[in-house]
Amino acid sequence: MAIGEKILEVRDLVKHFPLTQGILFKRQIGAIKAVDGVSFDLHKGETLGIVGESGCGKSTLAKVLMALERPTSGSVMINGRDIGRARGAELKRMRRNIQMVMQDPYTSLNPRMTVGDIIGEPYEIHTEVAPKGDRRTKVQELLEVVGLNPDHINRYPHQFSGGQRQRIGIARGLALQPEIIVCDEPVSALDVSIQAQVINLLERLQNEFGLAYIFIAHDLSVVRHISDRVGVMYLGKYVELGKDTEIYDRPAHPYTQALLSAVPVPDPEGREQRERIILQGDPPSPANPPSGCRFRTRCWKAQEICAEEEPLLQIRPGTGHESACHFAETHDVVHVN
Amino acid sequence: MSDIRPGGPVIAPEETPVPKPQKKEKAAKPASLWSDAWHDLRRRPIFIISLCIIAVLALMALWPSLFSSVDPFNARTCELATARQGPSTGHPFGRDNLGCDLYARTIYGAANSLVIGISTTVFAALIGGLMGLIAGFFGGGVDSVASRITEIFFAIPSILGALLIGSTFRDSGWGIWLVVAALTILGWPMTFRIMRAAVITAKSQDFVVAARALGAGPVRIMFRHLLPNALAPVIVVATINLGGFIAAEAALSYLGVGVQPPEISWGLMIADAQRRFLEAPLPLIFPAVFLSITVLAFIMLGDAVRDALDPKLR
Repeated sequence: MAIGEKILEVRDLVKHFPLTQGILFKRQIGAIKAVDGVSFDLHKGETLGIVGESGCGKSTLAKVLMALERPTSGSVMINGRDIGRARGAELKRMRRNIQMVMQDPYTSLNPRMTVGDIIGEPYEIHTEVAPKGDRRTKVQELLEVVGLNPDHINRYPHQFSGGQRQRIGIARGLALQPEIIVCDEPVSALDVSIQAQVINLLERLQNEFGLAYIFIAHDLSVVRHISDRVGVMYLGKYVELGKDTEIYDRPAHPYTQALLSAVPVPDPEGREQRERIILQGDPPSPANPPSGCRFRTRCWKAQEICAEEEPLLQIRPGTGHESACHFAETHDVVHVN
Repeated sequence: MSDIRPGGPVIAPEETPVPKPQKKEKAAKPASLWSDAWHDLRRRPIFIISLCIIAVLALMALWPSLFSSVDPFNARTCELATARQGPSTGHPFGRDNLGCDLYARTIYGAANSLVIGISTTVFAALIGGLMGLIAGFFGGGVDSVASRITEIFFAIPSILGALLIGSTFRDSGWGIWLVVAALTILGWPMTFRIMRAAVITAKSQDFVVAARALGAGPVRIMFRHLLPNALAPVIVVATINLGGFIAAEAALSYLGVGVQPPEISWGLMIADAQRRFLEAPLPLIFPAVFLSITVLAFIMLGDAVRDALDPKLR
């Protein structure tokens, strides 16, 4: 897949949710630091995978990218314009360029609209994209593109299976011909065999339309399969960012190593050989993250410097990609031959 | 999918194409919720039956003379001497306390009862529904203000409130519309609460987030996404309330602030008849049966409409 020019530039993105107390006079007593300083670029036709455990800020990041939440600070530049600060007609125009595929195909489609209405809704909102007479044909084309029968245009979502519904959701995302699609756990609600079909569909569409994906998931193997680059998140920050091979074969951050060591290995022989790194404790509260390195409370390498100085995301000696650890060193956890 | 080795047997079988349907559907015509619902309703016997009953009642309300040759407003048709007489030739339902023809009065009473029941239901559903939709959608301050206003209306005991409104504006000359206004003012908070709760439930669903991500404005989200998904409980409650409103009209008439003689309404007839119910039950039973049939017809209609609006039940 040819990687084109930069279309999305995220800089120091921060999203804090205020914690308030009091019924009548609310005062802020703190903030959930859901996303706390995330920067990355996305190029045309590229897939950036984002992994991390529950509560690390993946979905909040997706919401901020989609301008469903306003960032507390930082910028999300799409083709040089900041969607986080866009309003009204400008925001609406920018939304044509970034669309979303949601996690749960059972709640993401309005049960009282026909498939034709669901996929056609983008054209009703952005009337300039397609003249009224063409819309139905366009919807049928989209159904065909995602592998559904165009004759089913008058059916309702409940008449489809989970995988088919996810295809409907993808068709809706494609309707406006965006350059970027944010996939927030698009396959985690589906059966494994259906996951594969949907992933293959996403890859085919990427090749056909030159889409760039932000692919959020907690399933590491799915992310590896589809991604060109992978970012690992922990408590609202990137701990490591690099090409898929770098992250999976030469992880440098202890958290990434621990995460990879937890991936189930289907081969009983390989299972005996691989290491298991078992982390102690739970992730700290994002309302009150640890000083310095956020991972230090669960890290076996932690020393005093980790509490005092926050490690920045940068290329460390001995590793070829960016990681945020004072003691970063590559270590092959999965032992791939 | 749990193999993370490159080149491993990741990702699966070929995309299985969706099986083509055996016979081609007639897909050309665009379908929408309402056109599908109408298509579906025409095949439901319950809907047809309730519609027929309502049509007959409507005919009764509009042209009562089609059903009865006796004019109950003409005092000369009443004979005090024959009061509470049982059914006889020319007077199929018998006569009431004042010796007037019960059949004619029941027919002529349909108009007021229906107008009050239907108008109050429609107004209460419109006001309560719209406010509930807005309060549920915007939440926050708008919701707090709207909810507090509703609670104030809830706190008014309904009969007392209606009595107050009715007696204050007694001489306004609004007639039955005064009853409609009083019952609407006291009836809308129920619809408001149901609509608000249903909207809040619908609002948190992903398809609303998806619509926002597409750039849909608040009006589109409220009327295209939230309203159709929140309408079912409102329709059910509205049709049940319709009977309640007709009954409340009866109570108000009985207390002397509703429909006043010489006007005729089922409520008024029931109120009149109940004083002598033990010696002459028919003057109460006939209007009560008509009232029950009317309420039942509307509840069945509401049920059918609610089911037709839910594609999953088709």
